Amino acid sequence: MDFPTIDELVKWPSISENFFFNKIVLIDILAVLLTALFLVLANKKQMVPKGIQNLGESSVNFIDEGIIQQTIGHGGRKYMPYLATIFFFVFFTNIFEVVPVIAMPANARMANPAFMALVTWLFFICVGLKAQGPKYFWNTIYIPDIPKALHLLTIPIEFLSAFILRPFSLAVRLFANMLAGHILLVTFAVLTLALLGGGVLAVLSPLPYFMLVALTAFEVMVAFLQAYVFTILAAVYIGFSAHPEH
Amino acid sequence: MSTTQLLAQAALDKAGQQTVNAASGAGMGYGLAAIGPGIGIGYLVGQSVQAMARQPEAAGMVRTTMFLGIAFTEALALIGFVVFILLKFA
Repeated sequence: MDFPTIDELVKWPSISENFFFNKIVLIDILAVLLTALFLVLANKKQMVPKGIQNLGESSVNFIDEGIIQQTIGHGGRKYMPYLATIFFFVFFTNIFEVVPVIAMPANARMANPAFMALVTWLFFICVGLKAQGPKYFWNTIYIPDIPKALHLLTIPIEFLSAFILRPFSLAVRLFANMLAGHILLVTFAVLTLALLGGGVLAVLSPLPYFMLVALTAFEVMVAFLQAYVFTILAAVYIGFSAHPEH
Repeated sequence: MSTTQLLAQAALDKAGQQTVNAASGAGMGYGLAAIGPGIGIGYLVGQSVQAMARQPEAAGMVRTTMFLGIAFTEALALIGFVVFILLKFA
């Protein structure tokens, strides 16, 4: 049994020639619908929450207390709509990795994380321009109170790290994590099947199978953790733009 | 089979040799890329646990900063993984 090539694992053909619709698009649409559902649930005006509304409210509460208050602090709550949307969208596109039948994280294709990273990049630059005016760019790359000659070194480094490496690492982190998880699950699934078809070796097949089950649970945690990390980094970058050097 | 024949065969199979080189380079590169972040994340989490144990009331703040640090450190290993994929499959 051969290990499938990378194209078989992540490239999905379009179901129609007239318009483009494949598995990734389906996951994205489902994730948008679920995100919208959660945001609606969290906004419902009702004093005593019931049923699934509890879930929506407590997850928004988690974003407020676990992410915004820890990173942006006071006045950070006005960025809640953006951060909550990013959190839910990243989480739902990730979690389809362990949903049977679909079994594909949409973020294992670079287009998804790259788009979200670019939107976040634009967002924190706009927040900075609004809070500090055109001096924002200079404030970001200039470090005060260091010897003058060092500016030759620090200004290019700060420029690179603030405006180029931030969106790059944001996108690559999410993409590589999800692709690695996907390949890991495929590896153990293929190993189980290969052992099952290998005559006497079939007695060993439960070993990779249990590993596969354990890794599936691990991937649920990774899906949540990556959504958390993406949101927390977006919040940190927005916080830097909103009030520098406090 | 004489040595010259073996050498000739190896030279003929140049494409296969290239694939082998790419694969072994990719594996070695990823292994090297994982060393630093592995040590870094271990040290980082260890120190964070110590900080949380010493001062449980600061646990929330320490945890957020810990995840931030992990995210930055882990990026190096993940870039190594992406290079691995590029070398192996692209």
